[in-house]
Amino acid sequence: MRKKVLEVVDLKTHFSTRLGVTKAVDGVSFSVREAETLGLVGESGSGKSITCLSILGLVPPPAGRIVGGKILLNGEDLLSKSKKQMRKIRGRQISMMLQDPMTSLNPVFTIGDQVAAPIRLHQKYNRKTVRNKVLDMLRRVKIPTPEVRAKAYPHQMSGGMRQRIVGAMALSCEPQLLIADEPTTALDVTIQAQFLKLLEEIQKSSNLSMIVVTHDFGIVSKICDRVAVMYAGRIIEQAKIEDLFDNPKHPYTKALMNSLPEMDTRVKRLYSIEGQPPDLRNLPDGCSFAPRCSYTMEICRKEYPHESVVEDGHTTSCWLSGSQGEA
Amino acid sequence: MSEILLEAKNLVKHFPLTKGIIFAKQVGAVRAVDGINFHVNRNETFGLVGESGCGKTTTARLILLLETITSGSIEFEDQNITAFNKTVLKNYRASVQAVFQNPFGSLSPRMRVGDIIAEPLVVNKTVPKDEMKEKVAEALTVVGLSRDQANNYPHEFSGGQRQRIAIARALAQNPSLIILDEPVSALDVSIRAQIMNLLQDIQDQFGITYVLIAHDLAVVKHMSKRIGVMYLGKIVEVAESDELFKNPLHPYTRALYSAALPSRPGLHREEIVLPGEVPSPINPPSGCRFHPRCSEARPICAEQVPPLIDVGGGHEVACYLNKN
Amino acid sequence: MGTPLRIRRIFDFSRGIPIFPILILLPFLFFGLFGDYVAPQDPNRPHFGDTLRPPFFQERGKIEYPLGTDHLGRDVLSRLICGTSVSLQVGLLSVILAGLIGSIVAILSGYLGGWQDTILMRLTDTMMSLPYIMIAIVLAAILGPSKNNIILILVILGWTGYARVLRAEVLRVKQAEFISLAIVAGSSKFRIMLKHVFPNIVNTLVVMATLQVGIVIIAESSLSFLGVGVPPPDPAWGSMVAEGRAYISSAWWLSTWPGLSILLVVLSCNMLGDWLRVRLDPKFRQI
Repeated sequence: MRKKVLEVVDLKTHFSTRLGVTKAVDGVSFSVREAETLGLVGESGSGKSITCLSILGLVPPPAGRIVGGKILLNGEDLLSKSKKQMRKIRGRQISMMLQDPMTSLNPVFTIGDQVAAPIRLHQKYNRKTVRNKVLDMLRRVKIPTPEVRAKAYPHQMSGGMRQRIVGAMALSCEPQLLIADEPTTALDVTIQAQFLKLLEEIQKSSNLSMIVVTHDFGIVSKICDRVAVMYAGRIIEQAKIEDLFDNPKHPYTKALMNSLPEMDTRVKRLYSIEGQPPDLRNLPDGCSFAPRCSYTMEICRKEYPHESVVEDGHTTSCWLSGSQGEA
Repeated sequence: MSEILLEAKNLVKHFPLTKGIIFAKQVGAVRAVDGINFHVNRNETFGLVGESGCGKTTTARLILLLETITSGSIEFEDQNITAFNKTVLKNYRASVQAVFQNPFGSLSPRMRVGDIIAEPLVVNKTVPKDEMKEKVAEALTVVGLSRDQANNYPHEFSGGQRQRIAIARALAQNPSLIILDEPVSALDVSIRAQIMNLLQDIQDQFGITYVLIAHDLAVVKHMSKRIGVMYLGKIVEVAESDELFKNPLHPYTRALYSAALPSRPGLHREEIVLPGEVPSPINPPSGCRFHPRCSEARPICAEQVPPLIDVGGGHEVACYLNKN
Repeated sequence: MGTPLRIRRIFDFSRGIPIFPILILLPFLFFGLFGDYVAPQDPNRPHFGDTLRPPFFQERGKIEYPLGTDHLGRDVLSRLICGTSVSLQVGLLSVILAGLIGSIVAILSGYLGGWQDTILMRLTDTMMSLPYIMIAIVLAAILGPSKNNIILILVILGWTGYARVLRAEVLRVKQAEFISLAIVAGSSKFRIMLKHVFPNIVNTLVVMATLQVGIVIIAESSLSFLGVGVPPPDPAWGSMVAEGRAYISSAWWLSTWPGLSILLVVLSCNMLGDWLRVRLDPKFRQI
C-alpha cells in the first residue's frame, strides 16, 4: 500500500455571519496516497472548495475558522503550524490551481515571471537556474516555443494555454500534492481533453498526488482513482472509482448520476432531484439530504447517519446502508 | 403551413476592426459567422454546438436581431426578417423570445418578478391591462413557481428559480420560437435536470420550437432533434442527434465526440486529441477552416472551402473526405 | 487584536445605521426647515449697544446672545440658524437638479452611443475644463446675486461630474443580459432607458449626490465668501465667515461658528454617503 500523503480527519470549518453560523465543512475525513488522484464531487454549497482552502490554510478570516479536526501532511498536523511554516508549505509541498484561467494570472507580469515566482520564493537558485527551470516547466506543460512565450503576457494567450501555465506555476516546485479546483470548467471540450491528458502524463512521470474538485462525473471517471461525494459540508459516499459507478449506495449519488444526460444512451426524461440545495445556516436535524430524498425513513429525519462500510474502500453515510436498512 | 419555421441563408457577420480615432479605417474583420445555411423545423429543437470562437453565440444574436447582419438573410415563416420592414419586425418580436445563460444577469434587479414577466405583454400590447395579472400568474404556474411570488425581487430567488422566471417571461407571449443560449450551464448539476425537463414539458404542451445553443454535448444531444456543428464561423455537419454521434462524418465532430467525457469509467471511445488551438477568426485558414488540425487533410482542403452537402437522410457534411 | 471591538463598532458602518452623522444632521435639518420661526432673535436686527459681544461663556458675553454678536450687534446664533435654510436649499436643490441633468446626459450618451455619445461627451469635457470659480463669478455678475441664481450656477457647473461617472455605469448596465432580453421582448429604446437603465444606476446617483452635498455647500460658502453668493443682509454661512475675516484676531467667534457648522454638515454628509455606498452596492450589484 502506498503511503498516505495527506490525511484529513474530521475537519470542521465554520463561517460566522450576521445571520448565523454556516457550517461549510462539518466533519470531513479522507486521505490521499502517493500518486493517487482523489476526486471531490459536489455542487455549490457542498463544501468542496472550502475543504481545499482549509487544507492550505487559506480560509478567509475573521468570519471563517477551522473549528476542529486534523490535517496531516506526511503525518504532521498542518493546523498546528505557524503562519510562517504554512507559507513554506504552500507552493512547495502542496500547491493549488483554480478554476478561472483569466483571473488566475496577473495581467501585468510576463509568463516567465509568474512561473518563476514560486521557484524564487521557495528555492535559492541563481538566475540562470531559475530561468532554465521555468523553460523546463513550460515544456512539461507542452507550451510550444517556451523561450518566446516566457516573455509574453497572459492576454496574448488563449484560455487553454493560460490554464497550462497556471499548472506550470503550481508544479514548478515539484509539490507532493496538487489541488485542482474545477480546473477545466472554463475550458472548451477539446481543450479540456488536452489538459486532462497532460495532467495524467505529469502524474505518471512524477508520483504526484492530486485532489480534483469538480461537479462533473465525466472528469472524475477519466482521471480519478477514488472519489468522495460531498453534500452540505459532509462526505456522503467515498469509494474507488469503479465501485462508485458500479454500485453507488447513497441516494444523492445515484440521483446525481441519473440526472445527467449521457452521450451513449438516450432517455425520454431525465431523473431530477426535487427541491433546492440546502441552506447551510439552517440544516435540518438528521440527514441533510432527507428533504429531497425519495427513500426517507423516520430515522433519517432524526439522526445523522453513521458512516457504514459497503465493501473494501467503499463507505457511505446513509441509514439505508446502515444497520437499519439493507446493506 | 410549411415545415420550416426559420431558415438562415448564406448568413454572414463580420465585425469590423478599425484603426484611428477621427477618421477610422477598416483594417480587418472578425469573421464570426462566415456564410452558414441551416433551417429549423416547426416544433422541434435544433441544437448548435461548437467551441469558443465558432460563432454559435453570434448566430443566436443574429437570429434575435441583436446584431445587424453583414450579408445573407434570415427567413421566419417565409418572411425575410432582415429586410427593414417595420410590421414584419413587430410580428417577429412578438413571436420570438430568448432565455440566456446567466440567471443572475437575465433579470433586472430593480424590477419585480411580475413586471419582468409582463414586459413582453406590455410592450407588444397583446393583452389588455386587466388580464395582465392573470397571464403572469399562469406563466409562473407553468414554470413551477407560485403566483404570489410575482411581487418578489429577483435577488430573493435561487439560480434555478431565476432561470424559471426567465423562461416564464419568454413564454408569456406564446411565442412560436424560443432561442435558448446555454440555458443550464450556469446552474447546479442537480437543478439542470429540473430545468431541462421543464423546457421539454413546455415544448410538448405549447408546441414551441427551440434553437438550443450549448457547449455541453450531452445536453444538446438529449434535448435536440437535429444538431448543427459549427467551427470557426462555418457549419461543418448537420444531422439528427442520434445519427450525428453514432455516425460522425466530419473529423471535427469525431474529435468533439471523443472529447466529451464518458459518464462512466471504462466506456472507451477512440481517443482523438486535437493538436494546437482554434485559430483566430480574424485570419481563418484558407479553404476548409479545420484543415490545419485535421489528421486526414488533403491538398484540396487547403485550397477550397468544402460545400455543405446532404449525404442522405438529412445528414449534411462539409468535408472533402466524404466526396467519393 | 487591534482596536477593541467596541470602538471599531462606532466607526464601522457596514453594520447598523450611522448614528454620528444622523445625530448631527437632524438638528441642522430642523433648523433648515423651521429656522426662521425658532431663531431667538431677528437675524437682521442690529443692536447697536451690543456690538461684538463674545459668546456667553466668555467675559462680557450676555446670555441673550449665546454665541456672540457681530459688528452690527446682530445675534450670531440667530444668523447661523437662519443661514442653515439657505445652505440647505442650495445644497439639496442644486444636487438634485444637477444629478437629474447629469443622469439624463449619461443615459442618452451611454446607451445610444454613436454621434450622440460623442457630442454629449465633448460637451461634458468642455464644461469640465472651464475654471469653476471664475465662471461662477462671471455668471453671478451677469445674472445678479440671488439665492436662485446661485443654485442655477451650481447646477450648470455641477452636472458634468455626474454625467461622467454615470455614463460608465450605464455602459456597464448596457452589457447585462436583461437589456438584450428587453430588446428581444420588443421594448423601445426610450422604455429601456427609463425602466431598465435608470433604476440600475440610481444607486450610484444617490451615493454621488450625498457626497456632492458637502461639496456644494462649500461651493456656496466660497461664493458667498467671495461676495458673489447670497446677497447681504440675508445670512449665509459663507458670507458670515467672510464678514468675520476682518475681526479674526479680536472676535474669533464671528467666523468660527459658521465655519464649524460647515465642517460638521459636510463631514456628516460624507460619512452618510460612505455608509450608503457600502449598504447599497453589494446587495444590488448582482449583475
